[in-house]
Amino acid sequence: MSATFVGMPPFPTAARQALADTQLRHNLAHATGTIRAKRAKVVGEVEHWEDLRLAGAAVKARALADLETNLVRLEESLTAQGATVHWARDAAEACEVVARVARSHDVDEVVKVKSMATQEIELNEALQAQGIAAWETDLAELIVQLGDDLPSHILVPAIHRNRAEIREIFRSKMSAAGKPAPDDLTDEPAVLAGAARQHLREKFLRAKVAVSGANFAVAETGTLVVVESEGNGRMCLTLPEVLISVVGIEKVVPTFAELDPLLRLLPRSSTGERMNPYTSMWTGVTPGDGPQEVHVVLVDNGRTRALADEVGRQALRCIRCSACLNVCPVYERTGGHAYGSVYPGPIGAILNPLMRGQGDPQVDSLPYASSLCGACFEVCPVRIDIPEVLVHLRSKVVDAHREDRVPKAEAVAMKGTAWAFTDARRLAAGERLSGLAGRVLTRVGKARLPGGRATAGRLPGPGAAWTGARDLPAPPRESFRAWWRRTDGGRAEGPEQSEQKGGE
Amino acid sequence: MVEERAQRVSRGPAREEILGRVRAALADVSPEDRATPAPTPPPGAHLEGDALLERFVERVEDYKATVRRCAPEDLAATVAEALAPLGEGARAVVPSGLDLAVPGAVSDDALTSYDLDGIEAVVTAARVGIAETGTIVLDHGPDQGRRAISLVPDLHVCIVRTDQVVADVPDAVAGLDPTRAMTWISGPSATSDIELDRVEGVHGPRTLHVVLVG
Ligand code: SF4
Repeated sequence: MSATFVGMPPFPTAARQALADTQLRHNLAHATGTIRAKRAKVVGEVEHWEDLRLAGAAVKARALADLETNLVRLEESLTAQGATVHWARDAAEACEVVARVARSHDVDEVVKVKSMATQEIELNEALQAQGIAAWETDLAELIVQLGDDLPSHILVPAIHRNRAEIREIFRSKMSAAGKPAPDDLTDEPAVLAGAARQHLREKFLRAKVAVSGANFAVAETGTLVVVESEGNGRMCLTLPEVLISVVGIEKVVPTFAELDPLLRLLPRSSTGERMNPYTSMWTGVTPGDGPQEVHVVLVDNGRTRALADEVGRQALRCIRCSACLNVCPVYERTGGHAYGSVYPGPIGAILNPLMRGQGDPQVDSLPYASSLCGACFEVCPVRIDIPEVLVHLRSKVVDAHREDRVPKAEAVAMKGTAWAFTDARRLAAGERLSGLAGRVLTRVGKARLPGGRATAGRLPGPGAAWTGARDLPAPPRESFRAWWRRTDGGRAEGPEQSEQKGGE
Repeated sequence: MVEERAQRVSRGPAREEILGRVRAALADVSPEDRATPAPTPPPGAHLEGDALLERFVERVEDYKATVRRCAPEDLAATVAEALAPLGEGARAVVPSGLDLAVPGAVSDDALTSYDLDGIEAVVTAARVGIAETGTIVLDHGPDQGRRAISLVPDLHVCIVRTDQVVADVPDAVAGLDPTRAMTWISGPSATSDIELDRVEGVHGPRTLHVVLVG
């Protein structure tokens, strides 16, 4: 039904494919540009924004520093309010809990509120394997699910699709999943949203079981919070008889009062609104109102691994606003798919390695998917120092590969440099070689950098990964030392001695 | 049977193992750092009197909701006016605790979701209005009804008393009872999922009328 990220190539490979897709780059540039402007406007309205960020960071940091107490307290409050609490060490365990609850009600479908945690554990695929259809009800998730596609943005998972593509997906795919799209469907966003409303309404009305995530879980009271826009969340949280919420253990907030800074930070950072259209809060079972059977699945799935990293644990403060994606120059050009995870962009570049550890080439490539420009830290509402964690993770990746039999290209290059620089004759020989390479490469590569410098074309072999997405300035035809010797330190400037016609 | 199985899971090894991993992961954190008190967030917007109400109206309207102001004695007429465009014979769910004459009123006698889907409108009171963000908070007390009734019908008329309006989010959070189910509403349902173009009206009520009374 929906695709998965399993088997994605490492970031540089995936990024090169994405960069070649001009439609994607256009969609992304438009979308991230729009949302950046909206965010800047509403953040500018808040007098004490920096203090608010400090407070938001402090709430989450405090929740994590005493996580065991907070989790036990959350469990107690939830249980006291009539909810059943489950614990899941990993994705498979979490999926199994949800499937078991669904099966106990004999259903062959569940409706879902957009939730990063359920995407992370690949719940839809797990339920499908047990004959249970999981219907995504968020508009963007619906577009992704119907298109048999992958999400590419935390907040707007179909950010890579434009209206014409969405119309096509609705026309060709809706009928197989339920109520078909109307015949006169246009590509007006309002008309497309109307089609989604009609398509999903029958599912909301008949659903017995719903699955959600939660933006926050209050330890003190057992209150769960879902922040959304469309009302599909309210539908799922209110109409079905049974509600199963899959909640990462880092979502805990100690007290109800501490929701205040977070509720002020999230919508402005996320959609660029003063407040999102709908926020639902519920505390266990509310007699006579909404689902009368409420389950909460507390999921680890790598979070405790991230927590054990003293530098990296701050990433668990993330409230998934996606502001860091929207300001990231790398994300804006490559899109979310290149990161190979439901968590793309700057936060994905740190969260995936932190939760999954080192060793997988795809995950290991992520901390390098950044220019360390720092824009992500500046906008992060909970002040996660993403560049700091990126640098830290790069060193962990390097450490993890120290013993590798086949060294990484960077390692080879660095070793080569060390070898050459320790001996003047080797350096001189290397420079001659490089000058030769420069002549060859400038002849092969026709392009010029914006400054007018010649660029080397695609490098062969291990260097290809570097030049695939970047312009490599061609090495100068003559090394500094050769020039110095030839011109007597610039005193006798004259023509180069050989290969006068080489290069451009 | 289901309960039994669920209970067994919750007491099973996963819980102990996760808590053990958390403990081990945080071994470097000192007891003082663990017991950091809650921060004091900066104050929200400061607004009073007419400026407060004006801000509330401005911000609610900014999210494409319609605001009508009226005196308490004109409330019934103002609500009727908001419902009038639905035409003769249109029905509106009215929660049991809302003491107001509403044209086409239907009381919530165990209406099913399908019943609600066939009703055009709903009229409710509210718990708090937040001026700075243009938000209305329902805590689903007797004058607001259970959550489903203010969700499924396509038009929501929400009555907010002027003395319920507070300046900003911290003022609202301080006065709410977390054990109640709550819905925070800022404008009609909306999506920006298609090219980040905001479209009002997806699954929740596509039209929101706020009546500010007092
Ligand atoms: S890291 Fe910060 S900016 Fe990025 S999604 Fe998380 S909270 Fe938002």
